[in-house]
Amino acid sequence: MDNQDTGHILSYSQLAVVLVILLALTGVTVGVSYIHMGFFNVPVALAVACLKVTFVLLFFMHLKYEGRVIVLSFLSTITFLIIMIGFTFWDVAFR
Amino acid sequence: MTATPSFYHQSAPPGLTGIKAWLLTHDHKRLGLMYLGAVFFWFVLAMILGLLLRTELMSQGRTIMGSGMYNSMFTLHGVIMIFLFVIPAIPAIFGNFFLPIQLGTDDVFFPRLNLFSWYLFMFGGLFAIISLFAGDGFPDTGWTFYVPFSVQNSKNVGLTVTAAFILGMSSMLTGLNFVTTFHRMRDKRMGLMQIPLFTWSLYATAWVQILATPVISITFVLVVLERFLSIGLFDPAKGGDPILYQHLFWMYSHPAVYIMILPGMGVISEIIPVFSRKSIFGYKAIVWSSMAIAIAGSLVWAHHMYTSGMSDVSVFVFSLLTFLVAIPSAVKVFSWVATMYKGSIEMTPPLLLALMFIYLFSVGGLTGLVLGAVGTDIHVHDTHFVVSHFHFVMFGGTGFAFFAALHYWWPKMFGIMYSFKAAYVGAVLTCVGFLFHYVPMLILGMQGMPRRYYDYLPQYETGNFLAGFGGYVMCLGIVIMFVNLLRSFRQKVPAPADPWGGTTLEWKIPSPPPVHNFIEKPQIMDFPYDFKGVVEQSQQNDR
Amino acid sequence: MRAEIDRVGIKIGMWLFLYSEIVLFGGLFVLYAAYFHKHPESFAVGGKELDRVIGAVNTVVLLVSSFTVAASITAIQKGSRKLTIGLLVFSITCGFVFLVNKYFEWGTKIHHDIYPNSETLVNGEPGLNIFFGLYYVITGLHGLHVIIGMILLSISLVLVLAGKIDGSRFSMLDNSGLYWHLVDLIWIFVFPLFYLVL
Repeated sequence: MDNQDTGHILSYSQLAVVLVILLALTGVTVGVSYIHMGFFNVPVALAVACLKVTFVLLFFMHLKYEGRVIVLSFLSTITFLIIMIGFTFWDVAFR
Repeated sequence: MTATPSFYHQSAPPGLTGIKAWLLTHDHKRLGLMYLGAVFFWFVLAMILGLLLRTELMSQGRTIMGSGMYNSMFTLHGVIMIFLFVIPAIPAIFGNFFLPIQLGTDDVFFPRLNLFSWYLFMFGGLFAIISLFAGDGFPDTGWTFYVPFSVQNSKNVGLTVTAAFILGMSSMLTGLNFVTTFHRMRDKRMGLMQIPLFTWSLYATAWVQILATPVISITFVLVVLERFLSIGLFDPAKGGDPILYQHLFWMYSHPAVYIMILPGMGVISEIIPVFSRKSIFGYKAIVWSSMAIAIAGSLVWAHHMYTSGMSDVSVFVFSLLTFLVAIPSAVKVFSWVATMYKGSIEMTPPLLLALMFIYLFSVGGLTGLVLGAVGTDIHVHDTHFVVSHFHFVMFGGTGFAFFAALHYWWPKMFGIMYSFKAAYVGAVLTCVGFLFHYVPMLILGMQGMPRRYYDYLPQYETGNFLAGFGGYVMCLGIVIMFVNLLRSFRQKVPAPADPWGGTTLEWKIPSPPPVHNFIEKPQIMDFPYDFKGVVEQSQQNDR
Repeated sequence: MRAEIDRVGIKIGMWLFLYSEIVLFGGLFVLYAAYFHKHPESFAVGGKELDRVIGAVNTVVLLVSSFTVAASITAIQKGSRKLTIGLLVFSITCGFVFLVNKYFEWGTKIHHDIYPNSETLVNGEPGLNIFFGLYYVITGLHGLHVIIGMILLSISLVLVLAGKIDGSRFSMLDNSGLYWHLVDLIWIFVFPLFYLVL
């Protein structure tokens, strides 16, 4: 448990780089959607979305600089979400 | 003890007087008592409803009410007991009051949010009351609000699920407050393995409250939307799938079972070592089993749905996973019993109630295994066996833990002692009545009497009559218990700071506690259940 | 009695609240996943009906506003109050632009008789009805969150103007920012799921 918030300040240029990456990824995902790959469009679109979300979380939301409590609890939330969707498929996929 | 004024005589924030000192308070102790008042009201109301239901069932045919009334009434009994009693009872009352004290701090992290949660709770209750009288009356869907009935039905379902939505939010914010308090307000010298077990169980509960409650919120939002817009998300004619509603519903409501039982287990883990004068057996095992129950409890929701038409694969998987939950629960029961072994046991009302808890909860847990196994579940699904099972867990478990907590912490909360004799009489009557009430239901269920039915075949009459009789005995016991506690306000026998010989921090401060809990920095023990000091003290007194 | 403000604690509280929001949308994504599995063709047809360009524009608008909100927090920490105010005003405007776009998008759909319980949907393909049902519920709930986020940012703006938020006390702004990013996060998933499927 860290008791003092270091108050990490991200510079404007760092944030701008992240924004550029995010915009580029948006371009990629829209572009890919015009190419017909059948079923593979879905995993590609989701993978790009996950990548974008990771950038937003790590830099815009400062998750990279937070303490253990927030990082671990965030990961548990995501795990719970995966369980919610995944376990429903025990039913949906085998009906 | 020094003459520090108690929290009754000092308001937080300072300067408030009269009713304002309560309604605008940030003090976690006052809020705990305010929850106590509200929860007490709801409990008594739902208990009366339950008794009326059983009275109706005591003989065949119409006894005291019509079938429509009966349907609304069991729904109301379920909704109140679940959302307004079992879920908030222990965390909101005793959690609010004792979590900050056990952590050695003066309040929860967000005191104003805490007050807001209380208002949400009251507001949700108000909504439930309004839905009774507005429109076409209270829903008759059962507390599960299964689609398509809850969507097509003309009664006040919208208002009632809104009430449940608000109550869920209140419960979630309380959990948020507890987790933050646990991490940020704990006394700096208190390590993770020095935290009392009640607080640990509340921590595990709080996580379930935060992560599972939103699922029910969105589900209820969808029910309301379906009612107003008929989107068809759960309507097979429009491409929807009603079973997905059940998935979403149980994704919350199964973990909610652990919101209900975990704090109760925490209470028992406090009471057993104190009255055995012996350190708790397997402290770490209990801590980990709390967390394990919270986690495993989120993996098993679909075991409520074996007969609902979901795939055989998921029936198999969820049945298997369900047995996992039994392990940490059994670890706890084992630890409690092992704690008492060779302890120097002192019988008191809280301990008696805790022992009843262990017994009744074990029955509830073991009948749960019958229901967790697919083969047997399909036979008894939706029968009185299920009704009896969850009442053993929810009432025999959480309810008795609530009574035990009430008797255990009463002297600390109000600074007065109650009569032991009447408490014993009440507890024994409640327990005996309980068994008379629910054991016949187990048998009725195995014989095939369905739950929620207004009428039944002649062969079930004896069992139903016995159950009703047991219900009256049980309620008599509860009334004696409550009247005894309330009478203590008149007798005003002052309670010492530590009437039981407890070792956790709440027993180191005056009863009732001062407004900032600790007058001086508390001494943090290396291990919260070290009874050496208490035993030495009592030996000196004997000499 | 607490001597100083514990910013880490306040942030933990905010994150816990965000988790509950994530799971709230998670429930809807469960439905999306299950129904997508059931009616993949209808979802593809439905996705074609939505305007990819408007969707992409809205994505860019939200990403840029997310950036400006993050930058406004950097600005307040560095003590440049005017820049903070400018960035916040810009972010709130972005929120407006997003909502206006959404308004026209919904308007067109409703004009084409595509809305919950409309003739076209009820009598058409069931999978399509589910697709648009989810579309309205999820984007509607998301839109509600955009509005709440704008309110939070506006409150922060007022507090900055009043001097209640500065380089040493900016938890309110920090938390509003986190909320705004969450709105962005959800949109990042909503966009491909509805506008780009197959």
